[in-house]
Amino acid sequence: MKNDIQKVIVLGSGALKIGEAGEFDYSGSQALKALREEGIETILINPNIATVQTSEGIADKIYFLPVTPEFVERVIQKEHPQGILLAFGGQTALNCGTALYDNGVFEKYGVQVLGTPVQAIKNTEDRDLFIQKLNEINVKTARSEAVESVEEAVKAVEKLGFPVIVRAAYALGGLGSGFCSNVEELKKLCETAFAYSSQVLVEESLKGWKEVEYEVVRDRYDNCITVCNMENFDPLGIHTGESIVVAPSQTLSNAEYHKLRELAIKIVRHIGIVGECNVQYALDPNSEDYRVIEVNARLSRSSALASKATGYPLAFVAAKLGLGYGLFELKNSVTKTTSAFFEPALDYIVCKIPRWDLGKFAGVSKEIGSSMKSVGEIMAIGRTFEEVIQKGLRMIGQGMHGFVANHDIAFDDLDHELQKPTDMRIFAINIALAKGYSVDKIHDLTKIDKWFLEKLKNIAAIQIKLSQYDTLQNVPVDLLREAKVRGFSDFQIARLVLKSSDNDMEDNIDAVRKFRKSHGIVPVVKQIDTLAAEYPAQTNYLYLTYSGETHDIAFQYDKKSVIVLGSGAYRIGSSVEFDWCGINALNTIKKEGYRSVMINYNPETVSTDYDSCDRLYFDELTLERVLDICDLEAPHGLVISTGGQIPNNLAMRLYNQNVPILGTSPVNIDRAEDRHKFSEMCDELGIDQPRWRELTSMDDIFEFVDEVGFPVLIRPSYVLSGAAMNVVSNKEEMEHFLTLATKVSKQHPVVVTQFIEQAKEIEIDAVAQNGEVLSYAISEHVEFAGVHSGDATMTFPPQKLYLETVRRIKKISRAIAKSLEISGPFNIQFLAKDNDIKVIECNLRASRSFPFVSKVLKTNFIEQATQVMLGGKVTKFDKSLFDLDYVGIKAPQFSFARLAKADPVLGVDMSSTGEVGCIGDNFYEAILKSMLSVGYTIPKQNIFLSTGPTKSKLELLEPCRLLVKKGYSLYGTKGTVEFLRDHGVEATTMHWPDEDLQPNVMDFIRQKHFDLVINVPKNHSKSELDNDYSIRRGAIDYNIPLLTNARLANAFITAFCNLSMDELEIKSWNEY
Amino acid sequence: MSIQAKILLENGMEFVGKSFGFPKSTAGEVVFNTAMTGYPESLTDPSYKGQILVSTYPLIGNYGVPNHLYENGLPTTFESDCIQIAALVVSDYSFEHSHWNAEKSLAQWLEENQIPGIYGIDTRELTKVLRDSGCMLGKIVINDEDVAWYDPNKDNLVDQVSIKEKQVYGNGKNKIMLVDCGVKANIIRSLLKYDTTVIRVPWNYDFTHDEYDGLFISNGPGDPSLCEETIAHIKTAINGDKPIFGICLGSQLLGIASGATTYKLKYGHRSHNQPVQEFGTNKCYITSQNHGFAVDHSKLTNDWEPYFLNLNDGTCEGIKHKSKPIFATQFHPEANGGPTDTRFLFEKFINIVEQHKHNK
Repeated sequence: MKNDIQKVIVLGSGALKIGEAGEFDYSGSQALKALREEGIETILINPNIATVQTSEGIADKIYFLPVTPEFVERVIQKEHPQGILLAFGGQTALNCGTALYDNGVFEKYGVQVLGTPVQAIKNTEDRDLFIQKLNEINVKTARSEAVESVEEAVKAVEKLGFPVIVRAAYALGGLGSGFCSNVEELKKLCETAFAYSSQVLVEESLKGWKEVEYEVVRDRYDNCITVCNMENFDPLGIHTGESIVVAPSQTLSNAEYHKLRELAIKIVRHIGIVGECNVQYALDPNSEDYRVIEVNARLSRSSALASKATGYPLAFVAAKLGLGYGLFELKNSVTKTTSAFFEPALDYIVCKIPRWDLGKFAGVSKEIGSSMKSVGEIMAIGRTFEEVIQKGLRMIGQGMHGFVANHDIAFDDLDHELQKPTDMRIFAINIALAKGYSVDKIHDLTKIDKWFLEKLKNIAAIQIKLSQYDTLQNVPVDLLREAKVRGFSDFQIARLVLKSSDNDMEDNIDAVRKFRKSHGIVPVVKQIDTLAAEYPAQTNYLYLTYSGETHDIAFQYDKKSVIVLGSGAYRIGSSVEFDWCGINALNTIKKEGYRSVMINYNPETVSTDYDSCDRLYFDELTLERVLDICDLEAPHGLVISTGGQIPNNLAMRLYNQNVPILGTSPVNIDRAEDRHKFSEMCDELGIDQPRWRELTSMDDIFEFVDEVGFPVLIRPSYVLSGAAMNVVSNKEEMEHFLTLATKVSKQHPVVVTQFIEQAKEIEIDAVAQNGEVLSYAISEHVEFAGVHSGDATMTFPPQKLYLETVRRIKKISRAIAKSLEISGPFNIQFLAKDNDIKVIECNLRASRSFPFVSKVLKTNFIEQATQVMLGGKVTKFDKSLFDLDYVGIKAPQFSFARLAKADPVLGVDMSSTGEVGCIGDNFYEAILKSMLSVGYTIPKQNIFLSTGPTKSKLELLEPCRLLVKKGYSLYGTKGTVEFLRDHGVEATTMHWPDEDLQPNVMDFIRQKHFDLVINVPKNHSKSELDNDYSIRRGAIDYNIPLLTNARLANAFITAFCNLSMDELEIKSWNEY
Repeated sequence: MSIQAKILLENGMEFVGKSFGFPKSTAGEVVFNTAMTGYPESLTDPSYKGQILVSTYPLIGNYGVPNHLYENGLPTTFESDCIQIAALVVSDYSFEHSHWNAEKSLAQWLEENQIPGIYGIDTRELTKVLRDSGCMLGKIVINDEDVAWYDPNKDNLVDQVSIKEKQVYGNGKNKIMLVDCGVKANIIRSLLKYDTTVIRVPWNYDFTHDEYDGLFISNGPGDPSLCEETIAHIKTAINGDKPIFGICLGSQLLGIASGATTYKLKYGHRSHNQPVQEFGTNKCYITSQNHGFAVDHSKLTNDWEPYFLNLNDGTCEGIKHKSKPIFATQFHPEANGGPTDTRFLFEKFINIVEQHKHNK
């Protein structure tokens, strides 16, 4: 160890949100590993209970508490650490650390900030200081003016000229920023930006310039390296988190590459970084002129990507440098013999593609730009650009099969799509090429470098060649090989050559596979070794490519490999929780004496860290690729139940190819997934379900609704626009939804389900062995059914369930487990109303809540499930949920602020991007900690309420009394205030947004008069819906905490009225 | 297009690909380079004379080739007057290129210089073979037109790439005698950034009686022991008191002249990412390298010490005289291609030259 530091606090980044996702689980985990290796006691503060870093054995103590100055100070007070790391928890940790430094907390408790000094961080975060710093060393930045009012912004543009970019200082991933080309746009954007920050920057626009990034590392001896450079496929103007990115840069000459590299080092030295830093440039496509756009003095999304792209463990090394090591004193952890002071040489290309889920949000603008909207990303590795872009487009998992051979995609205005990109732009390029647009024309519209466009054109050319044949035998073998080298999947080839339809696709894919194998067209496995084969390296970091003849590794064919299928790109509904599940499956496989093998391609995960397993295939989770790997690995079996829905969907197809699937038989998985088969089973077992019907005509639908009554839940199989599922409460709404948003036909049936109001939702997470339940955890939702389980606030152990209910849930679960012969993890969701219990969903795989219940119960469900699947000895637990004398609450994190115009209302489709889980001695303590963790604050004075239907009004009556008693001032819309006054609660009336009357609620929102807005939506007239939307969206845009569910609002208000901040216990996980 | 081509190694291995550039069978020594940019610079580096160059980075040709321009008698965009390599081996040649200063494609340039290229090769596998058995002779065979094996190391390559007549650049006050064993243009450009006159002389030119303020010994191809005449001249110079700076082959020649020996490395250093540490300090640099031989620093005589050591394999990356103003680096401080971390060594050399003049 380099200094006398024995105990260190590491700040996590909290819940996953847009702009701050899984990459910080990865970097934090690496930092903790580096500290532990030095024998330092580690304290982690992170409320994100689903992460790997908050697992046993990673940090010595974990606090599931909000990463805010108040809580962190109290942990410091209790733990007396000597050091703190701020750079591993994203902007959240950095902002929190900067605030603590400014408040003198570190000084007061003698805590040393390890790594980059806080002043240096501030020099990169404050735009004026930053520019001043770079001016000192004659480094060019975009011409920019920092302003503090809209008037100043207008004046600034008089100097700079339109177009300009506006951005809020100190904001996550470009929050509240955008381009404007006239005064009106400028004023509008500034207003939003000022809601996030008192300082707003107006900058010259460099739209169309290349965007290039460098990851730089510096030690305290002033030694610097650039680990990786990256080039954006999308030119400047699109946030780097929204761009397709390749590494290394492809279109930069040696002079450009090294000019920017040299500048990056100069900057990092001048600022005084110790650890890791990211420098972003704009590069003129017509000269060597450049501007520095941004410097991030912390680990970032790009650094996580750079780590995965090169094999260089940036976060691990940065943590060691923070402790005082020199780079030359550390080893390259891939080769283990060479030095960590080096720059990786790549002999492959990687491509990152963002994953958007904009379809999940009603009303959201799909245009992508300078603010981040994507929820996840993938990284594809290969040896041609065509290979990586096609692999990548399959990996993002939005139903695409590559750059070509996708189902019809149409654009109303192709040129507009190319010019003003949405999440679909890359496919617009495909259409443009098909329509005969020249590369020059596409370049003019998109400003994407012609090199990339020419490569895309190569793919299109092969598509045309393949389409000219009708049988595989007629396709020249050279062409087939070329197609594979250029990233074509068997699926694409089947569709292009065999003109496969959906019905014969499965057989045709198989035919393509057999045909190409008979001609020896198979991929080879290559290693990522950081030195492009210059030195020998025993690395287990692997990818598959068709640009090669020889495997880098030997295969044992000893049936000792167990392959775990990962969860792919983070998306709404599947994120870090499945990484935790995957990691725990890998650990158990290793412990049981098997070779652990991971297939996954998400650069934001711990499971794609090459030291998480014995072999990592950073590659596709498609049937084709998994079979390719199985051919080589000849595994003992595959674990498909810890990676969420992607592996689950492969179960039956792999089973049909005779791949050994561990655990529950895919036949039974199918019985649970297939609605009809599952219902049949429930009927046989006498288990109740909400009534449902699969229907193909409007008449049938009306008939069924007459039987069950409104409201009903409608799940279409074909979605034209907007959300896939919807609850409708009357005939008019139903007709509207079914005619405008979906198609109903024989080919596209609609599932209509009875919707039960005011029902409790309960879940069971469990592990079974040969149909016998071994462990289970029952949790209840705070909200009534109707809020997607991923968006619900979950209590474990349940606090308000009848013993009778619990007993019946256990009984039903046992019956289902037995009938489906479950061996492994599973999850069942129930509705409970009065004493009726109905099953609504059953998944024979680990669910989102597995890490939450495992950690609260301190019983590793995945370890047990994996033991079951491996068929060895199984650890039995005797703990039950009745033994716990504390409560865990899992709360969702929403990212509506980043999704301009999206309606921040909860429904049957999931919209949260992350979650936290906090523990308290009672329900109210846990709920308060968890809600503070997802960004809510305890209101100071003014609360606005519009409480919706009567049931919600009643629900909120008591809480309102409490608020008044505590001295809060209540404001409300007319109906709400009348109701409150009728019940003796005083409140001030505000006019609706569409009323041209004062005082108007929107003015008060704009002035940030309210500290909390509660808006419970009603299903009523159009104008009321618009009004509600304006209030909700206003709250989000002006950064005012918003609650839209009466039950949750009740819980939150009751909690903060009864508990003060000081009463919240600062207890680590192991103290419960 | 699409002419069959293959690369044969002296151990009997064969890799099949397709031809680009000039379709002519060629023989030479096969070496690899792991740089990710800078193919115009590498291809014109005289140190690659006679070698078949394998690029481990798979995508080559992306940004085309710039115009061949001269300024004050020196090429500004390339490292010498022509392509020096014997042939180029890549995985994925980019038929279309895109760059603001590209004048032609790589294939066109190779064709004009009558240099063959081959693509579609598993360059990673080829590199591993070369790494494990050392550099090997090889030949590119196009359309089954066989050629004889050729070992460039048996020829005096330095003589082939060195200038034939003395040439003078610049008109500054510090006279630098530059012994050209295959000098890269950027070394001369780097010296001319200061107040210098660079007198570039052939490798075997006897400069010991000429007037100069500082001596520079350049990089170059092949085995240093073949440059006997140069070594003899350097020996005389070392006994004098003038500042001397050597790069790459220049460092090896200086080493031999000082009484040390050189040897062939198991894995040569041919990349842009070689880490070196200044001996006895905490200072480290990333350097550009291209060499197969190294000075054995355990054999340095008493007056000498290592200047830099390689952080990966501990080999000698430079030597310096303990009392005289003489130093040399195995790496390329002038970069092009590669990182510019150690460019300060030119300034250091010029400062020493000036100081030395001043002290006299």
